Amino acid sequence: MADLQPDNPYAPDRFPDPNKHVEFPEEAKKRFDWILTRYPTKEAALLPTLHLAQEVWGWISPEVVHYVGNLLDLSPATVFGVVSFYNMYNQKPVGKYHLQVCTNLSCMVTRAYDIYDHLCEKLSVHPGGTTKDGLYTVVEVECLGSCGTAPVVQVNNDYHESMDVVKMDALLEILK
Amino acid sequence: MEQIKVLLANIDKPDSTSIDTYMAGGGYEDARKALTTMKPDEVTQLVKDSELRGRGGAGFPTGNKWSFVPKNAPKPTWLLCNADESEPGTFKDRLIIEKDPHLLIEGMIIAAFAIGSNPMSYIYIRGEFYYGATVLDKALDEARAKGFLGKNIFGSGFDFDITVHRGAGAYICGEETGLIESVEGHRGQPRVKPPFPAVIGVFGGPTVVQNVETLACVPLIVRNGAEWFKSFGTPKNTGPKLYCVSGNVKKPGVYEFPMGITIKELIYDHCGGITGDRKLKAVIPGGASAPMLTPDEIDIPLNFDALMKAGSMLGSAGIIVLDESVCIVDAVWRLAKFFAHESCGQCTPCREGTNWLESVLDRIERGEGRPQDADLLLDMSENIGGKSLCALGDAAIGPVISSVRKFRDEYLHHVEHKSCLPGTTRYRRLDMPVAAH
Repeated sequence: MADLQPDNPYAPDRFPDPNKHVEFPEEAKKRFDWILTRYPTKEAALLPTLHLAQEVWGWISPEVVHYVGNLLDLSPATVFGVVSFYNMYNQKPVGKYHLQVCTNLSCMVTRAYDIYDHLCEKLSVHPGGTTKDGLYTVVEVECLGSCGTAPVVQVNNDYHESMDVVKMDALLEILK
Repeated sequence: MEQIKVLLANIDKPDSTSIDTYMAGGGYEDARKALTTMKPDEVTQLVKDSELRGRGGAGFPTGNKWSFVPKNAPKPTWLLCNADESEPGTFKDRLIIEKDPHLLIEGMIIAAFAIGSNPMSYIYIRGEFYYGATVLDKALDEARAKGFLGKNIFGSGFDFDITVHRGAGAYICGEETGLIESVEGHRGQPRVKPPFPAVIGVFGGPTVVQNVETLACVPLIVRNGAEWFKSFGTPKNTGPKLYCVSGNVKKPGVYEFPMGITIKELIYDHCGGITGDRKLKAVIPGGASAPMLTPDEIDIPLNFDALMKAGSMLGSAGIIVLDESVCIVDAVWRLAKFFAHESCGQCTPCREGTNWLESVLDRIERGEGRPQDADLLLDMSENIGGKSLCALGDAAIGPVISSVRKFRDEYLHHVEHKSCLPGTTRYRRLDMPVAAH
């Protein structure tokens, strides 16, 4: 409990700040109400609600965990258990551009690690880290299901296929 | 063998995702035919007669799966579409979803009618396929506007609707009970079987989970009949099949053939051979879980039974080609890393074992291996295989066991000479920090 690893559930930043109030904006509330009509139980709406929350706030903060739990009658622990199980829910803020490099086998043999290493060095970030200006986060991800056009880099929700270091540099010029 | 365009008949049409294009090719007529002129049992029998086997990996006969659903269950029956395509080397379902979503939707309507599904169903699409989810949402809206989804479809009295349920990045949710858990809003940890999903599945009701490609076959079977479907392939391994080819080949991509083209023909006659005309080293025939085959083993048909007999599997038909320049230890390490990352953590042999496999493979690659490590890998694999609730543990050991047996020299070379075999490449840099799982 003493060490404050980011994955440590007892770390102070895992607890919500009582002074921070989070609430869906009107648009998202409507979307949430629609989601509820699509499922026979409230709990089943958890994954789509978390996706919605991530769209609104960019990551799932402890305050959001409690807020979503309240909306769906689930304990914060249940919600946090789901958030930490799935890869795509960001447990800390990410950069404006989330650069996700697939390095699984088909991408690896078409030199995906060159792109990944290049990104880490050029942007001076550790794997999973975000640049100081908050613009880019670089992560290595598992197979993105685009092996025929490997290597692939997913930027936020978009796939960029048949990439190489030169194309990646050109893409970075656009992503500002 | 000639390439065919059956499942992929629509994908090259301009605006292939729109309902008008789909209907111009006779789309939704098969669903109309099934719902208005056939009884549910007749549809199931037709699919049974076609000998269609599930395209997701296990190859279970689809018609049989449908007939297992009890008729008078106390809770509603559910149809789920498995579009959580996460097996490394597999990218066929994405093509159908992004290019011909209505084929999938029509297949779901017919399948739901056959099993007596309740009026709601879900397409579980992996979260990364954001674009695919938007294509599906648009297609579903179009189908609803035409009355193909909703109440009293085609005047048959059958109500049915579909929701796209996005996953959030977990390979294990492709396992059917993991998928069911995930639809219910839980962590995607597979369930103990029995009870099988056909008896108790999602929300406590009987559930049929089908892969995208399987459902895409259904309208074609209704249109052309079981005999037509069986005219592709060989008995028990019937139908058109999508093969995904990736790795060191000149022309990677999705190819459609009658089931049973040989690996050799596929790679050399259709994919243009190996990149840089190098020699072939190994082929993974069915996605990352399938044991590797060596070049002298590739003259076999790509179907469920032949590959099973050869000690591998067709799986999801994701064919990964590795040429002579690939360091096999490095390649297997990458797959082991994948499985260690994706193990759900429920069963100890898989949770711990996959991580141990990864670290032992890593130390061999780094030149820190011990002479007994090759046997250690086999021993650990033996303690993972068959000792977990789902097939992920078995999948993780497939590439490890097969590579140690078939490329033992290369493992020993790493231990003795503390380097890769001359002429082979390590693709990653060992000095880069590795992110935690």
